[in-house]
Order: sequence, then structure tokens, then C-alpha cells
Amino acid sequence: MQEQPIVRLVTCGSVDDGKSTLIGRLLVETNSIPVDTLDSTKTSRRAGSLIPAGEIDFSLLTDGLEAEREQGITIDVAYRSMSLLDGRRLIIADAPGHVQYTRNMAVAASRADVGLILVDAKRGIRTQTLRHLAICQLMAVPRIIVAINKLDAVDYSQNVFDELVAELKPTVDRLGITEIAFVPVSALAGDNVTVKTSATSWHDGRTLLDEIQLRPSEALVARKPRFGVQLVSRSDDFRGLSGTVTGSSLSVGDEVIVLPREHTATIARIVTFDGDQTVAEPGSAVTLVLEPDVDVTRGDVIERADDFTPPSTGFSANMVWLAEDELVTNRSYYLVNGSNTVVASVTAIRHRMNVENGNEEAVRTLSMNEIAVVEIGTDSPIALSSYYSTGREFGNFILVDRLSMATVAAGMVNFALRRGTNVGAEAFTVDKAQRAKLMGHRARVVWITGLPASGKSTLANEIEKRLNRSGVHSYILDGDNLRHGLNRNLGFTEEDRAENVRRIAEVARLMVDAGLVVVVASVSPNRVDRDSARQLFDDNEFVEVWLDTPIEVCNERDSKHLYEQAENGEIPNLTGVGQSYQAPINPEIVLDGTKTVDDNAATVISRIA
Amino acid sequence: MKSASSIVRALEQESIEILRETAAAFSKPVMLYSIGKDSTVILHLARKAFHPAPVPFTLLHVDSTWNFREMLSFRDDIVAKHNLNLIAHINQAGLAAGVTPFSNGISEYIRVMNTDSLKEALDLYGFDAAIGGSRRDEEKSRAKERIMSVRDAGHQWNPRAQRPELWRTYNRRLADGQTMRVFPISDWTELDIWEYIKLENIEVNPLYFARERPMVRRGSQLIMVDDDRYPLLPGEEPEMMMVRFRTLGCYPLTAGVESNAATLDQVVAEVTEAQLSERATRLIDGENEDSMEKKKKEGYF
Repeated sequence: MQEQPIVRLVTCGSVDDGKSTLIGRLLVETNSIPVDTLDSTKTSRRAGSLIPAGEIDFSLLTDGLEAEREQGITIDVAYRSMSLLDGRRLIIADAPGHVQYTRNMAVAASRADVGLILVDAKRGIRTQTLRHLAICQLMAVPRIIVAINKLDAVDYSQNVFDELVAELKPTVDRLGITEIAFVPVSALAGDNVTVKTSATSWHDGRTLLDEIQLRPSEALVARKPRFGVQLVSRSDDFRGLSGTVTGSSLSVGDEVIVLPREHTATIARIVTFDGDQTVAEPGSAVTLVLEPDVDVTRGDVIERADDFTPPSTGFSANMVWLAEDELVTNRSYYLVNGSNTVVASVTAIRHRMNVENGNEEAVRTLSMNEIAVVEIGTDSPIALSSYYSTGREFGNFILVDRLSMATVAAGMVNFALRRGTNVGAEAFTVDKAQRAKLMGHRARVVWITGLPASGKSTLANEIEKRLNRSGVHSYILDGDNLRHGLNRNLGFTEEDRAENVRRIAEVARLMVDAGLVVVVASVSPNRVDRDSARQLFDDNEFVEVWLDTPIEVCNERDSKHLYEQAENGEIPNLTGVGQSYQAPINPEIVLDGTKTVDDNAATVISRIA
Repeated sequence: MKSASSIVRALEQESIEILRETAAAFSKPVMLYSIGKDSTVILHLARKAFHPAPVPFTLLHVDSTWNFREMLSFRDDIVAKHNLNLIAHINQAGLAAGVTPFSNGISEYIRVMNTDSLKEALDLYGFDAAIGGSRRDEEKSRAKERIMSVRDAGHQWNPRAQRPELWRTYNRRLADGQTMRVFPISDWTELDIWEYIKLENIEVNPLYFARERPMVRRGSQLIMVDDDRYPLLPGEEPEMMMVRFRTLGCYPLTAGVESNAATLDQVVAEVTEAQLSERATRLIDGENEDSMEKKKKEGYF
């Protein structure tokens, strides 16, 4: 395998540990900083800086944003390029040391080949240091360097250095870190960063720069190739699959398999702008032509047919929560790996990991910067395998909130929980179309959403009466009634509401599959949950009906006295009072709840007839 | 020793991956084409990324009306040669109001004829993703920029709302009102750009090569008098000097450097030895310490 010409380094530690100064010095001493930039570090100063004007403030070379200069901290990941002395390129991802550091460190470490962790010799090992080690290990950074900095402040004492190394040993052992080096440095004075000085003559190891330039001690484990299809390239009579090869190389003539549908084919051509190739090395962006020209779409993954990742719909994963909003289990998110997107949810949180001591803690949700072992369920099979043993590209994913589209989590797959194609993929001879033929009508679901006491059950009842009269096979799934049985164990928290809607939707799906017209009457207050329900059905099968009844009218009609109880504080989270109701944006039908139930039922019937 | 070419090859492959992702994931992506060397490299990368299919992006040139003349002729040649689809957009309101760098001050002029004009064009054509040539080595606030950088309604860049970007798994989803800026050459340095131009023998604008040009001095900067709109001082005569440009932009705002580098090899050699960072020859950035970040928040690239 070819050596990578670009090495990526993550730096961990806070401004207090002298991280910015250390990186600044590395950049300056490898001639990676232009003169005018260097000049500006002699005049600009942070508030409270003690560095005399006219001298280089190395720390200013890596901090950028306005807010940071005001606060004297870095708040986001910054990238810097420098040239290693062996001609390779070093790209430094500088992770900030404060509030959001777990999140930012995970980002910076996600592509890193080397992790650089700073320890302030004067302040000693802090819990942060243990977190940094744990996150490097979590993100599978192959090699770690611990720089014990500010040795000038402890008189370059070998004892201090040795004691700090010994103090880290138990954590290093617990985490199972094998590739690790300890280097004594003074970033401020310039000792042992790129040159050895007499001050650290007792250290017989390498300088920091030499340590960074060191090749991994053993060859990377033999890995298999993976090719994510980014797009299907078409022009005239040409049809090829564009993407980037990772893991190991692919060659013309290789027998490959297209995942998740497991179509096999042979690589007929490897096409590039510079001509066809016989081999595509890892990292190369090429266009494959397969023979036969099997059905492939964007997001599919191509691997070697004799050793491929079995697609699955369930995974155990380590996950870092990145968003300010908490995780809602069973709520659906987009799961993205490379170019592939599926709908997924966190079905269980096994435990939260305490990254400082390794303890496993039972929790019901996750907040920003928390790390947990979770189980993920996907709506359709996806080929993911262990992030840690097969490689990062095979097992990484992000979760995306379906409303805000924010990236809310980063996951590292441990293993697949089941073989996706073995579960739920059994195809029976009689299908929905044939059942519909026998029924004499199309199956569908009429999903009525609206505030409590808006008249959903009454409307559902009237709709079903009319369906029944005209010979349509139907059934009502009423939210309140289901809470006596199927959903008896659910309350009214965000998680439980999501699960409530998910169960109703799954039951409705079975009934639609059986050929019925299902009328759902459920508050279902959250848009994402209703949208997830919609995903279970074919086009035109899901008819969302918003019964728009003003809350005052609901209040008057309220036969169960829900609103009264809510106002007395007896029901703290009634939708519309204690919890918000998210009205549909584009429902198929909007009904005015102040109209008569006959009028409204007639409107629905006319639209679904 | 690793050769420079292996580094730019690796960067090239990653950039191609990002361009493909942009073409496939967005409904109406556009490539910002500023005629400079970075745009030229991205265009070349796009031709490679989609081969044998044609470049799937429309090119957008935000025309401030103060381009070097050689930029426009080069643009038209390239568009014809590669059979590209290019939109040249001018902020007509700004033009009608007579906004120039001289009458309105540099910041106001940049805002109206570049930033506002860009936003106007993006809205007018409904582009949901715009590919730009920013590099992280150009300036400090750009060192923190994502590859895929989401913009709020009104094209606002909110540094605190940027999405965490892990591995090579990009979040390409847009919420209502959001658009995406995509920076496929984020990890390249100025020298990488030149190494690549040399390696691939890419045609770049002649302004990058030293030639006798009519120059005047403004402070420590050398400005080329490209047409008769440039206000000369009383009695001032432009002086013919051997000058090349490290970056291209509006000619009254883009300083030249004295140089004898008239060939690609000489330019690469000169850049290697360069002692000044690249944007120092752009008049707008030096105005104050945080000027680039402020412009970015307003929607500048």
C-alpha cells in the first residue's frame, strides 16, 4: 500500500496548557508562516497578555474568530497546514479546550492519524487530560503523543516528567492504548519541539516533530476495499459509478457486490479523466463500469464479493451527542454514512460512558458532549461494520435532525445486531395489490391530528360510518383507546410520545398491508413523529388530516375536563397547555373544527374516494 | 522525500469527491467563478470529476464592473472552449447608483457590488449550494471554515451555528431558508494551487505572469491603471513596471507585485520563496483585524 502523503494531527488541550503556543512554534520553526503574518503576532495582543510587544505571541497564529480573542479561548476547530521536514504535509486540526470540547475534539479526531495531547507540567494531570485520551481512543486515532509542556516552569525536572507519565499509565492501560509516546517540551522556550536542547538532555527519546513524523510502527491491518457510490455518471451511451475507493485497492476484473441489495458484477473498467486504469488505489476518486450493468443508485456501496459487509437494520454503536437538544429515543433521524442516507432511530441507550473513569452509567437520554453505547435501528438495510476493526469508513455515521437538519450525533459502529436481509425481508406471494383487488378498494390511512378535545374521535367515527355504508373495509385506531392496551406502558414524555406515534403507525401499516382503510385519531403533536409515520407508507397512501379547532372551542367541548385539570396543574403536560402542538405544514386536508362533523366527514370522504 | 505532486494528487482526489457530492446532493448547485487561479483550478477539478459527462454546474461570475480587462477576455475564452454555461451578474441598482470604490469607499463598494450582488444572484436563480474557492490558509477566520458551510436565510454565516463535520461524511441537508456554501479546496495552500497548475498544465490568466504594466503607487501598494476610469493624481503619469498579480479581483483594489516571473516555473519558484502572505496584496482585508470575519457574516465568500 502506498504511504499517505498527508498526515492529519489532532491537538487536544486548552489555551492554559499552552497548546496554541506549541502549535504556533511548530509552524514558525518549520517555516510554515509567512513573514507578514508573523509580524502581526508581534503587535496584536489578547486582553491580559503578558508577552512584551515586539516578541512573537505564538498563540495568535492559531486563534481566529473575534469572539475568541475577546474571551481568550478557542471555540471551534481550526485547520492549519504545515510541511513536515520529510516532505509530507501535516494538516493540524486544532480542537478547543473549553465548554464544547468533547464535541469539537471528536470532530477534530475523526480523521486524525496522530493525536497530540498536552499536559501542563506545573498543573499536572487533570480530568481533561483523561477525557482527551478517552476521546482519541473512542475516535480510533491510531497513534497518540503526550507532550508534557511548560517544563521550563518546573526547572526541567526529570522527576516531574516521570511522575506525570506514571500517573497516566493506569488510564492508558484501562483504555487499551498501545501506540503512545511521551515527550518533555517547553513550547515557550522552544525545548524539544523541533530541536533538542541541553535543558532536556536527560530525555533520550525523540523531539515532538520527530515523533509526529514517525511512521506507524507496524503496517496497517490488511483491510478490504469499499467504494461508496456518489453518483451515477451518464453521457451518451456511457454509464458509470463515481466514487472514492477506501480501505484497499480495487482492480479491473474484481468480482464485486453492490450493497445493500447484494447484486454481483465484475469491474469492467476504471475510468478517469486521465485515461482508464487497471487498479484504483485507496483514496482515488474514479468511475467504475460494471459488467453486467446492474441496478445501482447513489448511496449504494460496492465491496469485493468474496468478503463483504452484510447489510443490517440494527447496530450497536458508540455515539457522541453533539446537539444542544437532548436525544429522543425512538424518534427518527437521518443516518448518514458517506453518500448513503437511511432513516434511523436510537432504539436503546445501553449505558452512558464516563470518559474520566470508564464507569458505565444508566441514563434515559443524552445531552451535548455525552458519550454512550446505543442501539440503532434503521428503516432499511445498510452495510456498516466495525469502525474499530474494519476501518473508519466502514462504520462511521452521523445523525441529522429531520426538522432543523442539524448534525446531532456522531456514531462509531461496534457490530451489526442482526442480518438485515433475514429480518422482515421475507416476501410472501399474496401482496397488497392482490388483497386490494379482493377488497374492491385501495387501502390507506387517514391520520387525524389535532389538539386534545378537538373532535378527532367523533370525526373518525363519522368517517368510518360512511365508509362502512359504502362497503369499504375499515378500522379506527384511536389514541386514547390504544393507551389502555398496546400503549399502556407509555406516558407523555417526549420519548413516550414518539414511541406512541411509532406504534400506532406500525399497526396502521400492517392494517393497510392487510387491505383496510385505517382511520387514526391521535393528538400526535410532533411534526417529526408524524413525518416518520408517513415514511412507512407508499405515495398517496398516507392522508394527513389536520383538525384545526381553536383551543377555546376545545376547552368548551372538553368532555373529559382535560383543560380544566391542566389549568389546575393536575395534568402538567397537556398538549396545547403544557406542551406545544406543531401544526402540519403541508397536510393533505385541513378541516375547520368549528364546522359540523357531517361537513368535515364529507370533505374527507370526497377526498379519499 | 515525498514529492509535491503526490500531495496535490491526494488533495485533488478529495476535492473531486466533494464536487461529486455537491452535484449529487443539491438540486441547484452553482460554481462561483471569479476568473482567478483558485476558480480555474476548481473548474479543472470539475471537468475531471464528472468525465466523461460534462460539468454539471452553472458558473456564476459576480461582475463588479471593475475587473481587469484581461479577466473578462479570459473568462469568455474559457467558457467558449469548454462549452460552459456561465451567468455574469451585475448589481444593477448599485451600478445605477454609481457605486464605485472611489465615490463610496472600499467597504461600501465591496458590500454593494460584490456581497449584495452575490446574494442577489443566488436568490434570483434559486441556487441552493454555491461552490467557492476559499482556502483555509488564506486568513485566520477561514481556518475554521467547514467544507460544507450552512448559511441562514439571508445568506448569513453564523460561526456558532456551524455543523460539526466528521470524517468525510457530510451533512448535506438544508432546512427551510438555508443554503450551502461548499469549499472543495479548503485544505490546499497557495503553493499547492501553483504546483497543481504546473502538474496539470492548466491555462491561467496572463495577469499572473510578470509583464510591463502601467502602474501607480498608492501608499505601499502598486495599482495598475487598467482603464481611464482610474482617478490619477494631478500631473500623475502611470509608470511602466514589470509586475505580476498574486490574486485577481477588482483592479483598483488589487495590488501588483514587482516581479520578473514571466513563466509558470518562475511563478512557482517565486511563490515558494514568498515572504508575504497572499491576501496582503488585497486592499480590503487589511482594513482592520477582523475585517474578513465581518464580511463573511454579511455573506461575503
